[in-house]
Amino acid sequence: MSSKIKLLYGILVLIALLLPFQDFIYLVFAMKVLCFALFACAFNLLLGFTGLLSFGHAAFFGTSAYITAYLCKEAGLSPEFGIVLGVLGSGFLGFLIGSLAIRRQGIYFAMVTLALSQMVYFLAVQLPFTGGEDGIQGVPRGMLFGLIDLKDDVSMYYFVLAIFLLGFALIVRTVHSPFGQVLKAIRENEPRAVSLGYDVDRFKLISFVISAALAGLAGSLKTLVFQLATLTDVHWHMSGEVVLMTLLGGMGTILGPVVGAGIVVGLQNYLANIGSWSTIATGFIFVVCVLAFRRGVVGEITHFFKNKN
Amino acid sequence: MFELLGITPQGLAAQLLVGLINGSFYAILSLGLAIIFGLLNIINFSHGAQYTMGAFIAWIGLTQVGQWFGFPDFSINYWFALILVPLVMAGFGLILERTMLKRLYHLDHLYGLLLTFGFALIIEGMFRHWYGISGESYPAPELLQGVIPLESIGIILPKYRLWVVVASLVVCFSTWYVIERTKLGSYLRAGTENPKLLQAFGINVPLMISLAYAYGVGLAGFAGVLAAPIFQVNPLMGSNLIIVVFAVVVIGGMGSIMGSILTGLALGLIEGLTKVFYPEASGVVIFVIMAIVLLIRPAGLFGREK
Repeated sequence: MSSKIKLLYGILVLIALLLPFQDFIYLVFAMKVLCFALFACAFNLLLGFTGLLSFGHAAFFGTSAYITAYLCKEAGLSPEFGIVLGVLGSGFLGFLIGSLAIRRQGIYFAMVTLALSQMVYFLAVQLPFTGGEDGIQGVPRGMLFGLIDLKDDVSMYYFVLAIFLLGFALIVRTVHSPFGQVLKAIRENEPRAVSLGYDVDRFKLISFVISAALAGLAGSLKTLVFQLATLTDVHWHMSGEVVLMTLLGGMGTILGPVVGAGIVVGLQNYLANIGSWSTIATGFIFVVCVLAFRRGVVGEITHFFKNKN
Repeated sequence: MFELLGITPQGLAAQLLVGLINGSFYAILSLGLAIIFGLLNIINFSHGAQYTMGAFIAWIGLTQVGQWFGFPDFSINYWFALILVPLVMAGFGLILERTMLKRLYHLDHLYGLLLTFGFALIIEGMFRHWYGISGESYPAPELLQGVIPLESIGIILPKYRLWVVVASLVVCFSTWYVIERTKLGSYLRAGTENPKLLQAFGINVPLMISLAYAYGVGLAGFAGVLAAPIFQVNPLMGSNLIIVVFAVVVIGGMGSIMGSILTGLALGLIEGLTKVFYPEASGVVIFVIMAIVLLIRPAGLFGREK
């Protein structure tokens, strides 16, 4: 990492730390952005760095959301245990879905993940403990480690920010590790990676599980912030949204998904009161992104500066 | 045996008919996807939305068009819609292909999927904006109202449903015939194998690709018109169906035209049977089958490993 980029990250973290001391940005909105940014980063690990387009990431986001909601509300677990078990659950689900899906490639992979996540959606509608159409509401935020009361938005915000930074650091570390280099090799040229002797399927599966677990982490956090888990979390529209965030921000870039999540969540907040127009707008952005700027916001900016030098 | 399980033969037959109808829709939609995929290498994610659009255009033609132009008595009836809507949809598909999809062929397949996903959201959102999600009903044409009683085996066959099965089978098998047994079809197949070589023989491959997309979209529109009198015409009808069709495509493998037709029908029937014997699982049975097929034959039942 060059010193300029380190400086940029430092400034961003500082801004994030100072966010509770101002009145312009609503703190719950900031938390929502952070949750979805983590979700999009997790998704980008798979799409941007391994080259696998999963259209079923809502399954992991939602499963973890339901597990955390159920455990914290019905079993009275403290939030940290709720989150850990949620992440384990979605990681395990990632292992199951991933092992099936990596048997097919390209667009088939996308369709398999979509269909399997739809299966999870059906289960969420029918299983007795998910609350069907209502979901699980009124989940208590609880006391973190029995010490910090998360009911307070400011402490909840710092908790979400800490988890986000941890998840983000983990992803950056993964991408820059030798393991991450192998993933990139698979993305660029899978037959060559195979011929170099890498067990490509195993690498794909590991990356799928990490991505699923981190998507689950985002889902658990979202549940605690909004104190509910509903069918929206597992619906395939959610999978589409995370694809959009990554595409819009710039797939294969580190900061892209964060920017994309900020734009999409902001747009939804802004467009929320005009109903179905938000679906149309989402579709429209998809079309424009694919046709006109495939590198995404961050990708285009990086490209611009690279060309200048 | 049936009484043992608490199911009458009549109940079974009725569910099988429902299964067969769903199967016809799966077949006709996965056939359209297979044709488009074959030549364009694009999974048409907007296929479901285009099916919805077909149903809506038929409904608008029947109930709204006259009022729009100030002739309340004028309406486009079912039979005209059956011909007109696929043509309109094919024209719509042609425009999409020529203006947008065409730009993506040199890129990864993923972008085609994302672009058509965008189309799907726009179409779905527009209909939801104009007509809400409550759904509109479309009466079956007079000729096909009523039932055929089959007293000897004690079941009644609704005429319209029978017609749907027959019409979609005719369309599916004539498409199969054209692609597998005629000269035009041989060009199409050659185009999927080696477009460059075919172009060297003087065939206008880009035009062929556009027409293939238009035909696929037309098929989706046709399925939409067929579906209108059976299901509620609502903006989500396509997006609910298309995911099952994707599963059908994965199971069948899209290796052959016949494969997609047969897989579609068979899975509809299996789903119908599940509804009889274990209703709770009817929503997930196709996905379970998909998981099993992926374990045993990753390329799908009719697919070839590439």
